[in-house]
Amino acid sequence: MNGHDHVFDDRTPGVEEHEPSASYLSYTAGLGLAILATIASFIVSQTDLLWPPGIPAGLVVLAFAQIGVHLVFFLHLGSGSDNTNNILALAFGVLVVFLVIGGSIWIIANLNENMTAMDHMMQVRH
Amino acid sequence: MLGRLTWAAIPFNEPIPLLTGAVVIIVILAALGLVTIKGWWPYLWREWITSVDHKRIGVMYVVLGLVMLLRGFADAIMMRTQQALAIGDAQGYLPPEHYDQIFSAHGVIMIFFVAMPLVIGLMNVVVPLQLGVRDVAFPTLNSVSFWLTATGALLVNASLVIGNFARTSWWNYPPLSELTFSPGVGVDYYLWSLQISGIGTLLTGVNFVATILKLRAPGMTYFRMPVFCWTALATNMMIVAAFPILTATFMMLLLDRYLGMHFFTNDGGGNQMMYVNLFWAWGHPEVYILVLPAFGVYSEVVATFSGKALFSYRSMVLATLGICVLSLMVWLHHFFTMGAGADVNAFFGMMSSIIAVPTGVKIFNWLFTMYRGRVVYTTSMLYSVGFMITFVIGGLTGVLLAVPPVDFVLHNSAFLVAHFHNVIIGGVVFGAFAGYNYWFPKVFGFTLDDRWGKAGFWCWLGGFWLAFTPLYVLGLMGMTRRLQHIPDPSWRPLLLVAELGAVVIFCGILCQIAQLYVSIRTRERRRDLTGDPWNGRTLEWATASPPPAYNFAVLPQVETIDAFWYMKRTGRTRIEPAYETIEMPRNSATGFVTAFFATITGFALIWHIWWMVIVGFLAAAVTVLVAGWSDPREREISAEEIARLERARLGPRQPAE
Amino acid sequence: MSMAAIDTAPTAVRTELVPGRGGGGPASKRTVVAYGFWIFILSDIVMFSCLFAAYAVLSGNTAGGPSGRELFNLHNVFAETMCLLLSSYTCGLGALSAERREPMRFMLFAAVTFVLGAAFLFIEVSEFAGMVARGAGPGRSAFLSSFFTLVGTHGAHVTGGLIWLVYLVAQVVAKGLRPAVLRRLLCWSLFWHALDIVWIGVLTLVYLMGAR
Repeated sequence: MNGHDHVFDDRTPGVEEHEPSASYLSYTAGLGLAILATIASFIVSQTDLLWPPGIPAGLVVLAFAQIGVHLVFFLHLGSGSDNTNNILALAFGVLVVFLVIGGSIWIIANLNENMTAMDHMMQVRH
Repeated sequence: MLGRLTWAAIPFNEPIPLLTGAVVIIVILAALGLVTIKGWWPYLWREWITSVDHKRIGVMYVVLGLVMLLRGFADAIMMRTQQALAIGDAQGYLPPEHYDQIFSAHGVIMIFFVAMPLVIGLMNVVVPLQLGVRDVAFPTLNSVSFWLTATGALLVNASLVIGNFARTSWWNYPPLSELTFSPGVGVDYYLWSLQISGIGTLLTGVNFVATILKLRAPGMTYFRMPVFCWTALATNMMIVAAFPILTATFMMLLLDRYLGMHFFTNDGGGNQMMYVNLFWAWGHPEVYILVLPAFGVYSEVVATFSGKALFSYRSMVLATLGICVLSLMVWLHHFFTMGAGADVNAFFGMMSSIIAVPTGVKIFNWLFTMYRGRVVYTTSMLYSVGFMITFVIGGLTGVLLAVPPVDFVLHNSAFLVAHFHNVIIGGVVFGAFAGYNYWFPKVFGFTLDDRWGKAGFWCWLGGFWLAFTPLYVLGLMGMTRRLQHIPDPSWRPLLLVAELGAVVIFCGILCQIAQLYVSIRTRERRRDLTGDPWNGRTLEWATASPPPAYNFAVLPQVETIDAFWYMKRTGRTRIEPAYETIEMPRNSATGFVTAFFATITGFALIWHIWWMVIVGFLAAAVTVLVAGWSDPREREISAEEIARLERARLGPRQPAE
Repeated sequence: MSMAAIDTAPTAVRTELVPGRGGGGPASKRTVVAYGFWIFILSDIVMFSCLFAAYAVLSGNTAGGPSGRELFNLHNVFAETMCLLLSSYTCGLGALSAERREPMRFMLFAAVTFVLGAAFLFIEVSEFAGMVARGAGPGRSAFLSSFFTLVGTHGAHVTGGLIWLVYLVAQVVAKGLRPAVLRRLLCWSLFWHALDIVWIGVLTLVYLMGAR
């Protein structure tokens, strides 16, 4: 029952596989990169360093970069060759998140465009 | 002290719920009394209530589903009767506020407490056996899942006697379901019972994804898994993806109702359409969550009773996974008429048509499996063939509804009602019955009576078509759904035919009860001593019927798909392996106790009894903490004991090399 | 009830086991537990995605009340972010110490993680209290409903994570770093890292975009 065999893709996120010193290094590197990304996000949002209409896009890119840093350096995803299951599960989750958020924004924006929004209707009635 | 709960909550002046409630309570008390007098409590507690054995939990799910089917069907026949009576000047026997509760309860019960328990129950019984392992990944969690589902069912049924149920249909759309328009407890019953059972379902999803991806017999690569396991995997992935959406949506509505927030209200900037949007982002995957396991059952049944391997296994797997992903991208077709523009409607219309393609692939796979097979028409095979015919028509009307302009005409009509009953009864319910007849001997060790079973099938098939063909026609004639009163007398003949159909389905249910009764009476004649009554192909037939607690004395070594078929052909079933000690999880009361306190918490939340909310919640939390503190305890079954059990079943065989 | 067996050609040719196709038999308990919990976390993130969607859709609906621009204080938010980031770091180091069976180091890192998490919560709760005191509570507008629910749900998760951490430290004290406890610690650290990922979303969508 406990035939744990590294040949097969049996690893799970968060499980260590580096040399211990490399792990400390990996966490520290992750922390450094994450702090950089955070500071960059604050700078982008608070200054006009970026072309203003592109700021939301810039923030989203930085957020994804930081999420990637967390996944790789803190959760150790993708650093091994045999963790297909974890990545596939993550990919499925990401797909669902995108469908829910993107779909909702798209659909509701479309409805708002075509229909009178409820607060407008309430204002008209008063 | 008791929040909103007063004597006025008991419907003394409404004879129908009062009488029904009284009868149900008397039946329950009688059953409990019988159990007490016979001294069955220790047995029930030890072997069922605290059991973490996936087979026992599966059986309890199926029993819950079948009992709730009776409740849901009672609602159905009341509605059909009301619609057959209340035509023109006649008002029928159900006042509107009662009729509203009945169609709401019917939908909720049939989806959440009939269809879901039936498919989850079958998955529980079958998946670990087909994977060739001893239990699911988290057996105690599995027990928690079941009891939380039972809690939800209990709360919904409590609303019959204490207070009332939602009058908002099974979607529970705001703003009708907001406090302004539904100040009573009905909507709260709906929300809390589904929140609690939803947690149970989500945990089931997590449990089975982990089981199927991480626990399989040695050698069972992904593309050697039985198709039922593939469909179970897809279903549970969708549960993990979709049920959190439902939880979050209901949480927002609850915050509106309990804390005065403005997610979906008319005032304060709320947006009612967001509820509709999120509800169906769960709701459409839910349809496939229900039907995919049924597709898995048909795949097993058709292959077994055609005596052939399933035609094009890989295309079946790919179609299953395709449906799993596509089902997340079609939800807007439930509200084409809500006002989205042509681009949005066209996109979701096309996606909805595309998802019919993998389903069509599956139908051809089953047909080609039967082609040139020596088909044996057992009850489960009859359900499978009946499904193919029925479901194709239901699917085609679905493709019609996926076309936005057509949907604008048919939205919320009786045509729609006929369509989704066509796919849910013809797809899910027939699948559950096929699985019930197919795997019953595996679970209980004797086969079900085929004559009563077939009579039941013909009643269900005929009754279904009698009940719902008229609704297709009525929908095209302009009848909308949820009518408490029928304004147009010319619809009467068709409504009477529909009523007749409901009666025929009722005969089908009676036949099924008779089937169970007769089969138990004659069980000694119908014992399955081989463990393989149908000449099956997959691993669940490789062990005894009923299987021992540990399922497999030695985990089977899998070398092909249809592993057991291959073993039979190569004679490997006749070799006695070397037995080893097996560790099995011990019983746990965690599930039952947690659900007990969850019931109290849910009830108190519905009735605003805040002290009881705190007590119930803390008690449930402590139960979980206690369970999380203990070390996993396993009970060992020694190799000698296993050898003794196995030899008693199989007789002496050749020793292992 | 036996029936004639019709033999059809076996559909699958026997193949040798190829690594990565999952033919290695049941996985170890640790793998199963961590994988199951990973799936649970994904489901939790889907739940959050609905709250994000609701916020994205409703954030403009202030119903005449205050907007994010008037309410958010980015200094606090930066402090909150740093607390969570550092706590993720110490959580990782704690998990590492636990894996190496160094209970004292583990306790130290757990304590630091707890303090950082509590500091985060303190800032968040005072921010919420300030907003409610200004009449910008969750019942004021759809924007504020979705704000309090999204950020508050994350905060509730952090609270749960802290309670869970204390509970696990108690287990380490009582039982030592035995396999069952290590498995629970692994789940907890996954949970904690995941909360940080959710916070990146909150920071970006709610605060940084909202404060402009």
